[in-house]
Amino acid sequence: MLEVRRLVKNFGALRATDGIDFEVREGETHAIIGPNGAGKTTFISQLAGNLRPDSGRIVFGGEDVTPLSAPKRARKGLARSFQITSIYPEFSALDNVALAVQAHAGHSFRFWKPARGEAALREPARRVLDEVGLGERAGVLAANLAHGEQRQLEVAMALATRPRLLLLDEPMAGMGIEESQRMVGFLAGLKSRHTMILVEHDMDAVFKLADRISVLVYGRLIATGEPEAIRANPEVRAAYLGTD
Amino acid sequence: MPWSLVFEQLLNGLQYGVMLFLMAAGLTLILGIMNMVNLAHGSLFMVGAYLAVAAFNWTGNYVLSAILGFLGTLVVGMLIEVIALRALYNRDHLDQVLATFGLILFFNELTALIWGRGSLYTSLPSWLQGHVTLFTGSRYPLYRLVILGVGLAVAVALWYVVTRTRLGMLIRAGASNRTMVAALGVNIRLLYTVVFGFGAALAGLAGLMAGPIYAVQPGMGEIVLIQAFVVIVIGGIGSIRGALVGAIIVGLVDTMGRAFLKPLLATLISPTAAEAAGPALASMLIYLLMAVVLALKPAGLFQSR
Amino acid sequence: MKRGFIFWAAVIVILAALPPAVNAIGQPFYIDLVRRIMILAIAAASLNLILGYGGLVSFGHAAYLGVGAYSVGILAFYGITNGYLQWLVAIGASAIVALAIGAVSIRTSGIYFIMITLAFTQMLYYLGISLDVFGGDDGMRLKARSQLGFVNLGDAVQFYYLCLALMLVVLYLIHRIVESRFGMVLRATKSNEARSRAIGFSPYPYRLVAFTIAGAICGLAGALYANHTNYITPGLMSWMQSGDLMFMVILGGIASTAGPMLGAFALVLVEEFLKGYTEYWPVILGPLLVLSVIFFKRGLAGIVGKPHA
Repeated sequence: MLEVRRLVKNFGALRATDGIDFEVREGETHAIIGPNGAGKTTFISQLAGNLRPDSGRIVFGGEDVTPLSAPKRARKGLARSFQITSIYPEFSALDNVALAVQAHAGHSFRFWKPARGEAALREPARRVLDEVGLGERAGVLAANLAHGEQRQLEVAMALATRPRLLLLDEPMAGMGIEESQRMVGFLAGLKSRHTMILVEHDMDAVFKLADRISVLVYGRLIATGEPEAIRANPEVRAAYLGTD
Repeated sequence: MPWSLVFEQLLNGLQYGVMLFLMAAGLTLILGIMNMVNLAHGSLFMVGAYLAVAAFNWTGNYVLSAILGFLGTLVVGMLIEVIALRALYNRDHLDQVLATFGLILFFNELTALIWGRGSLYTSLPSWLQGHVTLFTGSRYPLYRLVILGVGLAVAVALWYVVTRTRLGMLIRAGASNRTMVAALGVNIRLLYTVVFGFGAALAGLAGLMAGPIYAVQPGMGEIVLIQAFVVIVIGGIGSIRGALVGAIIVGLVDTMGRAFLKPLLATLISPTAAEAAGPALASMLIYLLMAVVLALKPAGLFQSR
Repeated sequence: MKRGFIFWAAVIVILAALPPAVNAIGQPFYIDLVRRIMILAIAAASLNLILGYGGLVSFGHAAYLGVGAYSVGILAFYGITNGYLQWLVAIGASAIVALAIGAVSIRTSGIYFIMITLAFTQMLYYLGISLDVFGGDDGMRLKARSQLGFVNLGDAVQFYYLCLALMLVVLYLIHRIVESRFGMVLRATKSNEARSRAIGFSPYPYRLVAFTIAGAICGLAGALYANHTNYITPGLMSWMQSGDLMFMVILGGIASTAGPMLGAFALVLVEEFLKGYTEYWPVILGPLLVLSVIFFKRGLAGIVGKPHA
């Protein structure tokens, strides 16, 4: 579904992405782990189209999307959630998700009919909110949601775009233990229906959810494989898992 | 085309350019380091001119009045910073635009109230009047050469301060990363006041030098202000080098355009059409230039961040 | 919802009753004054669309007042007085100019956008000054008012009611636009641009269209203004005028339907009040504006109801 070939990104003298080859198969949940500063978010940003690589190719669904902007990639079915919560604070939770639905429900150069009255936008939005567990909070202003609820909203917005590939950048960031477990349970439920790339620090979650894991260290992919293989890999242990 | 005329206009363009540089340097520093849009910068230009005239009427001594005008603008600038601008540092650009717009109204009317709405008469001391004979054979006003000289001297001094002193280092660091500089324990408040005062003084200097050549009247700073903004947009916000390059370019394009576009057009189209189109196009030139630069380099020629 | 209904009903009743009321007490001057306010409210409302809802700080919006006014003036100069034609040209020309300026400006953001919109307006201002045929710096008289057939613009009261009707129509139109799909995208882009791009919205086309619509509506205000003052000067396009429009939007409360109207009333009435005291009234208005920016964040519309996002 997604193929990355020899991706390179430099920030001045810093080689943030050092010739990465990476691929995601349809239907799998592929986790990316690595120590802080390994370049995970830089990598994700290049996949999503927020950052231009210096060289290399990104092929999505057989199509070379390297020259495409982020909105164009989103319209092709690449959905992203952000590590630092990025929602519409002055809109309600329902409005937030409805906007995501709207982006993929025909064109938006309609000037007369109120968007809030369109069942074609509101109904799917409500369903997604129910799915992630925010059904009761649909009318609440996003800014007034608890941090964990906002993270759920992030995922909801990504889901509402009916993506072919979900890019989830630390969905559990800043969540408490209970909330994290609920989110993990929810993501596990998504596995059968979605292809996902998951960037995470929470090792429990990663080993529970991932079909395959790739390990990023200093901008290089040092290992890719099934969770057990990764756990046993000596290089990975040295670089990341420590003396565990 | 008589080359002595061309050279004369070239010098005029350079002289106008360095005046724009004095305005633009302050503006770009304030915008780059304090992230503050200050429309009242044009008012400081005006204040400099008026205070110099007032000081001259009081002391009769040109040099003294220039110094008083310069220092007076410095003081007024710092007062504005403390009273009105401190509250705006963390606000968005829109609020800063509106608030400093209110300041423009205030200062324009204040000068009209004190000195009247008409132009003030300014005179140059005898030692600054007179002409210099250029290598082309024509005579050029000494005063304009002095302005050019002062402007270049300030540019050199500014270059020295920014690249060779600790203060300059702080300024450059602040222009590219404000929060880091604050985190390093530098007294940001003081830095801001110093930078603002600096910028205000430069504006005042430009104003008091401009007085004898251009009309001293309420609102005289507005045109210069807008052109100074064009300069920093072209040069890149936060970059003094950009301000200098941009100012010279804008000064030359504007001056030469006004002088030569109409006759140039007259050779291509009819004289009557050139009569109408020439001045119109000439005044639009620098804005067209800005549009072209932004189309190619959206953050200006020299970006500091 | 109830509060909003009462508010608008009151507005309509008061403004509709004004002409006969002030005529009865022998102060017809107020008809002209309020008519001017309503025309400026239309201009401010158009700016609110892109500034309040779209987050585009356009410091050059007065340009379209000028384009609209000059369209009417120039056509009248050459003997074309059909109001419908004139106003269509005013709206169309403003839309085209807005499209051109917007196409270049909207590629930039932040302070660059503010400055470039200001610079383009200055350009038009200088263009206006240099066209000696149409009066140059001094401007020109309107040869003849726009002929509309069913209403006589020479009659102060008829013209007043036309402006009232147009203002209400424009405010309603903008209200529908901001609640539509298009409006939601515009507002979302203002609220969080990165998020909007991530779900698949490219900001540029929506902003450009909004910018053009705003310019067109402001052109209508310009056409009305020309008929109101009977005189057209480049000063209409000055950045002072742009600043005034921005203040009306901010004072009234951005991103609200009634805001621009309330802001226009507030600013002009304060100006008139101060003018009665001293010819140097900007000395007082200036600091007042500064203080209002520093302290008065929500604007007047915050009193009426919740502002939109």
